[in-house]
Amino acid sequence: MTSIVKALAFAGALAVTSALTPAAFAAKTDINVGLPLEPPNLDPTSGAAGAIDSVTYSNIFEGLTRFGPDGGINPGLAQSWTISDDGLVYTFKLHEGVKFSDGTDMNADDVKFSLDRIGAEGSTNAQKALYADIASVEVVDPLTVKVTLTKPNGNILFNLAWGDAVIVAPESADNNATNPVGTGAFVLKNWAKGDQIELARNENYWGEPAKLDKVVFKVIADPNAAFAAVMAGDVDSYMAFPAPENLPQFDADPRFRVVAGSTEGETILSTNNKMPPFDNIKVREALAHAIDRKAIIDGAMFGYGTPIGTHFAPHHPSYVDLTAQSNFDPEKAKALLAEAGFPDGFKTTLKLPPPSYARRGGEIIASQLRNVGIETEISNLEWAQWLEQVFKGKDFGLTIVSHTEPLDIGIYARPDYYFQYDSAEFQKIMEDLNNATDPQERNRLLQVAQKKIADDYVNGYLFQLANTGVVNAKLMGVWENAPTQAADMTGVYWAD
Amino acid sequence: MLPFLIKRLVSLCLSLVAASLVIFFVIEVVPGDPASFMLGMNAEPDTVAALRDSLGLNASIPLRYWQWVSGLLQGEFGTSYTYKVPVRELIADRIWVSLPLAALALLLSTLIAFPVGVIAAARRNSPADVSIMGVTQLGIAVPNFWFAMLLVMFFAITLRWFSAGGFPGWDAGLFAGLKALTLPAVALALPQASILARVMRSSLLDTLGEDFVRTARAKGLSQRQALWRHALRNALIPVLTIIGLQFSFLLAGAIIIENVFFLPGLGRLVFQGITQRDLIVVKSVIFLLVFAVILVTFIVDMTYAIVDPRLRRARA
Repeated sequence: MTSIVKALAFAGALAVTSALTPAAFAAKTDINVGLPLEPPNLDPTSGAAGAIDSVTYSNIFEGLTRFGPDGGINPGLAQSWTISDDGLVYTFKLHEGVKFSDGTDMNADDVKFSLDRIGAEGSTNAQKALYADIASVEVVDPLTVKVTLTKPNGNILFNLAWGDAVIVAPESADNNATNPVGTGAFVLKNWAKGDQIELARNENYWGEPAKLDKVVFKVIADPNAAFAAVMAGDVDSYMAFPAPENLPQFDADPRFRVVAGSTEGETILSTNNKMPPFDNIKVREALAHAIDRKAIIDGAMFGYGTPIGTHFAPHHPSYVDLTAQSNFDPEKAKALLAEAGFPDGFKTTLKLPPPSYARRGGEIIASQLRNVGIETEISNLEWAQWLEQVFKGKDFGLTIVSHTEPLDIGIYARPDYYFQYDSAEFQKIMEDLNNATDPQERNRLLQVAQKKIADDYVNGYLFQLANTGVVNAKLMGVWENAPTQAADMTGVYWAD
Repeated sequence: MLPFLIKRLVSLCLSLVAASLVIFFVIEVVPGDPASFMLGMNAEPDTVAALRDSLGLNASIPLRYWQWVSGLLQGEFGTSYTYKVPVRELIADRIWVSLPLAALALLLSTLIAFPVGVIAAARRNSPADVSIMGVTQLGIAVPNFWFAMLLVMFFAITLRWFSAGGFPGWDAGLFAGLKALTLPAVALALPQASILARVMRSSLLDTLGEDFVRTARAKGLSQRQALWRHALRNALIPVLTIIGLQFSFLLAGAIIIENVFFLPGLGRLVFQGITQRDLIVVKSVIFLLVFAVILVTFIVDMTYAIVDPRLRRARA
């Protein structure tokens, strides 16, 4: 028995010394990042999975423009651009000396190839619609590209910053899923599927080189495992931390820093606008007043999240705070229901996808709705089922989902979109917005649009999802906000 | 022996065919289209159609079944929808986590259970027996994922002897690999060892009451000699059955432990495949696991025949 104890103690001592040695001699230049979901592949132009962008955005692949940490649009591979007066022609000037990680040059031909590929027949780009207004892409000279639109689209620079429009090379594009070749500050070194993805610094990067020489993304899905991994020091940074209930504990620990930034995720109680009784605006207004946002944020999100009164991100400069218009007032909700012809309430379905905001939030909303007489039959769905039944089949009364695409108020102009809001007036506002290039006019129209969908009580607007996570206290430069689903490691470093 | 072997082999093949049919059709009726899942909420209908086409989802069901089965026969499992690499490679990577983990857990469980079970049976109703029965009862009652979390809290967070999870790969060296599998194997082995020890004990007690043991004692063997020379071998049959079941369970059922320790094993691969609708991976891995279970059962049957010669003659 004693020999076992000795052996254990020896093994332990060995483990401790081997863990301490490297840190004692050199400043750290590598980082382990926790990820809740593993990306299915590493080609951001091939699917919707946000985890692909988490690993590749800006690290491996770059677009003409790119998101800054504040959500603004910064130059990417294009160092500058000019826009014609009619808003139809964008001329991009590319950076010189940019190389793909396989050593080939990046030039205007690659840009043309990448943009043409999005709309090509048989394309599997998940955001094809964002680039549908591109009529042609022309190579002027190796460092100049002219993009012509069919109609003005004030969002095009923004859309080009998405991971779905990164610049790829014709000779490597087909293999990017498993062997990504991009222009970014890191390159893929090794991918142990199901476990971790290792990136190494791109020593031939055209811009300012990354400070870290190694980034390891570790896939840790289970909330308890994520907690243990952070506590044990196995990961240095874990954004979108799956167990918000543990954040206060990290906050109290000087080894860690808790981050609560903003995301583009408007979390809403989506309502089937074509299904009776929700086709009655009074019923939708009643729903809005039956919901206590604060109780949902406190109960489901442990206090992290900003209440919203319309489908728009509160950190956006054009945001209008309309939460007062749908304040929590159960008496008013009951009166509205009676007015609509449902004095005794009614029964409907509430279909919930897997994230905890939906599952936990759903229980709270169900009890709030019960207080005004609306009975909900809750069913928990997996994502694939949710897409099939709710999103495609439109077979639902209510559902809860976070719309994480940036600046996506345009979905309200699509009458066939799953919540089936069909308003000619709103569609006109969006058309005007697309035609407007003047920033002031765009700002005005965005505000009109926000008010319109709040006035029509299209959906129950709950809260803006917070980007909560925990990072090592000595780690600097981690993006606190998530303007897109990215874990941009290019500016991250260790303070000795 | 030969007819017995042939009979078992035929039943093995029939089981495999039945399993392939059940797996294929159950997965066909699972709701959720893989292509729409992969493309998400903003995809255009023609994009989804193009992806369905490239995944080969538009072919007829009998044709797809035939393609899958004929692929399996040639050791080709197809290409993962999401990872876009051959399923064979995915399985090959994962099996080198799952198989060693199951083997290690089974080894631990057997090493603990055999002596403990024999001691408890040999000293029936002694304080040793009573405390063994108490501890094993607790071992069965404690869920292994909870025990796993305790292990992580103590050895990874407090003592910092082990990582909280993950697997560095065998490239990192045998020691690093075994170290990463130690806590998960212990967590898996504890309930299994408890079950096995109790089965060992009761089976041995049954055998010790048999006539031939009394005869052996009457011939002048001591209690201990009778146990080691005659009772033990006869008590092994139920124990072997349990070991066979446990190996299948450890290989296929380690999914919760794999989640707690974020190990890239087969269980997590299936789990991930189901949530991402990577149906080709799910089908192939489940089939492989069924194959492993059937094979283990077959081997256990063969071992019975070795342990108990009567079976060879009786069933033939």
